[in-house]
Amino acid sequence: MSRLLLKGGRVIDPAQGLDQALDVLIAEGTIEEVSPRVQPRGAPVLDVKGLVVCPGFIDLHAHLREPGREDKETIATGTRAAAAGGFTAVCAMPNTEPVNDTAGITRAIVEKARAEGAVRVYPIGAITRGQKGEELAEYGDLKEAGCVALSDDGRPVASARIMRRALEYAKAFDLALIDHCEEPTLAEKACMNEGPVSTHLGLRGQPAAGEAIVVERDVLLAELTGGRVHVAHLSAAASVDAVRRGKARGVRVTAEATPHHLLLSDEAVRETGYDTNTKMNPPLRSEADRLAVLAGLRDGTIDCIATDHAPHTVDDKKVEYDQAANGIVGLETAVALCLDRLVGHGLVELAHLVALLSTNPARVLGLPGGTLAPGSPADLTVLDLAKKRQVDAARFESRSRNTPFDGWILKGWPAITIVGGRVAWKEAR
Amino acid sequence: MSFPHRHLLGIEPLEPQDIQAILDTADGLKEILDRPIKKVPALRGKTVVNLFYEASTRTRSSFEIAERVLSADSLSIATAASSVTKGETLLDTAKNLEAMNPDMVIMRHSSSGAPHFLARHCRFSVVNAGDGAHEHPTQALLDALTMRQRKGRLKGLRVAIVGDILHSRVARSNLLLLSKMGASVVLAGPPTLIPPGIERLASVTWRIDEAVEGADVVMMLRIQLERMSGGFFPTTREYHRHFGLTEERVRQAKKDVLIMHPGPMNRGVEIASEVADGPYSVILDQVTNGVAVRMAVLYLILGGTGEAPS
Repeated sequence: MSRLLLKGGRVIDPAQGLDQALDVLIAEGTIEEVSPRVQPRGAPVLDVKGLVVCPGFIDLHAHLREPGREDKETIATGTRAAAAGGFTAVCAMPNTEPVNDTAGITRAIVEKARAEGAVRVYPIGAITRGQKGEELAEYGDLKEAGCVALSDDGRPVASARIMRRALEYAKAFDLALIDHCEEPTLAEKACMNEGPVSTHLGLRGQPAAGEAIVVERDVLLAELTGGRVHVAHLSAAASVDAVRRGKARGVRVTAEATPHHLLLSDEAVRETGYDTNTKMNPPLRSEADRLAVLAGLRDGTIDCIATDHAPHTVDDKKVEYDQAANGIVGLETAVALCLDRLVGHGLVELAHLVALLSTNPARVLGLPGGTLAPGSPADLTVLDLAKKRQVDAARFESRSRNTPFDGWILKGWPAITIVGGRVAWKEAR
Repeated sequence: MSFPHRHLLGIEPLEPQDIQAILDTADGLKEILDRPIKKVPALRGKTVVNLFYEASTRTRSSFEIAERVLSADSLSIATAASSVTKGETLLDTAKNLEAMNPDMVIMRHSSSGAPHFLARHCRFSVVNAGDGAHEHPTQALLDALTMRQRKGRLKGLRVAIVGDILHSRVARSNLLLLSKMGASVVLAGPPTLIPPGIERLASVTWRIDEAVEGADVVMMLRIQLERMSGGFFPTTREYHRHFGLTEERVRQAKKDVLIMHPGPMNRGVEIASEVADGPYSVILDQVTNGVAVRMAVLYLILGGTGEAPS
């Protein structure tokens, strides 16, 4: 019988309102007991004195690239990156090649993840076939095969009619729609945010309004249909406002923000002299947008922090700015960035951060975990708040290195990642 | 004359004294172009590559003449006939050129920031001959040289830049240069062609008459006809009526106004032929000065150890 006792840690579990010194006993892949001074009774003991024990972190938004672009990432390397970054589960976006729009592909991902994954993988199915925005994918089959949500991420659902039908139809299977909100006609050929910085650099910009227009539309359509919409990688002040008003009316809308949109603005494109690791979609926005997203995170309008982990080869990034691929890797930096720049700078309470990374993502998509209540899966993230280390992209577990955070010195890092009662990753001390 | 830069990526990194140095050097070198034998040995033994990823007549021939007058060994790569058409990346092309050890690469590219990318990864000096909608520093320098020759100064001049500001690297470089040198710039064009945030750097108006009134210099920008299909303005006819430079509008400027255009012109669209060919036009002087300014840039960056032209 596989057992493990985490002894001497500070347990933070927002779902139970816990923040105190407690021991955690794991048995058979589930949480058995959380209380002061648990006796090992023969269980191996993991000394976590001085560390923080949290319910496992769940990333709602990662691109694992398999099948199809294994040169950028695989399920094996992506989940190792997740484990090393403190995540016990990742939701895999469907913009693979082929697109995950049928049960067969979902099952292949599930099987591959079971065989090779270092952490749990929850596939997300496409909203429309081939992510073309035209015909609905088979949501019932996708759910049976293991999909936990639907998204055409990387592309918006351009047609309001298709989005409406998708929201309605998905209700039958209780699946949320995760929308990449972007009005495509306002974003043609854009490679950064539109504003004074794009003017200065002579780069084609897309206005923040192009995101907010679609967020407003989606909130209204969720209200119309009673469906569930989750706004992916929200980046604009007006989008925060739309979600806030929607929630106040009782619309079933939730939202996530990425660490890069919380910490960087479009000034980074100028400051780095066109470094293509500042290029992503949605783009880094203005400082005012950044502060509004941060405010939305603090007041609960934004439910989750997600990475939008988007691995790319050197060849896809080491080119002219407007030719470069969109996106950055995030799994191995997200937690440390949040611990240092959000918690360390006094912007977000530690317990709130745990909610943003664990409790809330589990709630938003109805996933197992997100709490250390007895009987829950034994997925745990253990943090070392005192650890200070430099981000070193060359040592990433991910197959890709495209990050604007290389070289940043951060305080507070994941120390141990436990998935189903087994140690998936442990910081070498 | 000291010039502390290895590259000319834009006007932005230059100090006013750097701009002064280039203009003074250009003034001195311009005389060579009037000699019966237009050649000095200043850059003998230096290799310069002209790498043009976008079509160019004026800028490329101007650089080529400047290189030859200064005795540099130069070659021009037309990308249509090169390995670019075989799918080679910009960096690979540049690295292959680097392996042949040129002293300088002069590049025009449709991607903003492409010369910065090259400068970061290669050993040779890079001169930006126009990158996307970002900068075109030698154009702004030749414009400034033309203004300075005619007006004796840049400081205090009122310069109107009119037309497609949004897509124009000429407008950006000129705005930066003229602001650094103490001229006052007013930008004019239809609101669809005025980029956001530019009002922080210059005064902006949608009425060309306001911009032209009292101007010492009116600089017209080329309107690309494909902008109509992009919804930026409805017709060239309406554009000309409301935003084009006509003889009537020229009369509102100062009596000794200079009319400039970086070329190529759309006659009858942004500028009436009578104005382009009229008494205030210095459009062809700009072209002549282009050679002088490019000679100065080449000389200041590469000529540190060579023989100074007399």
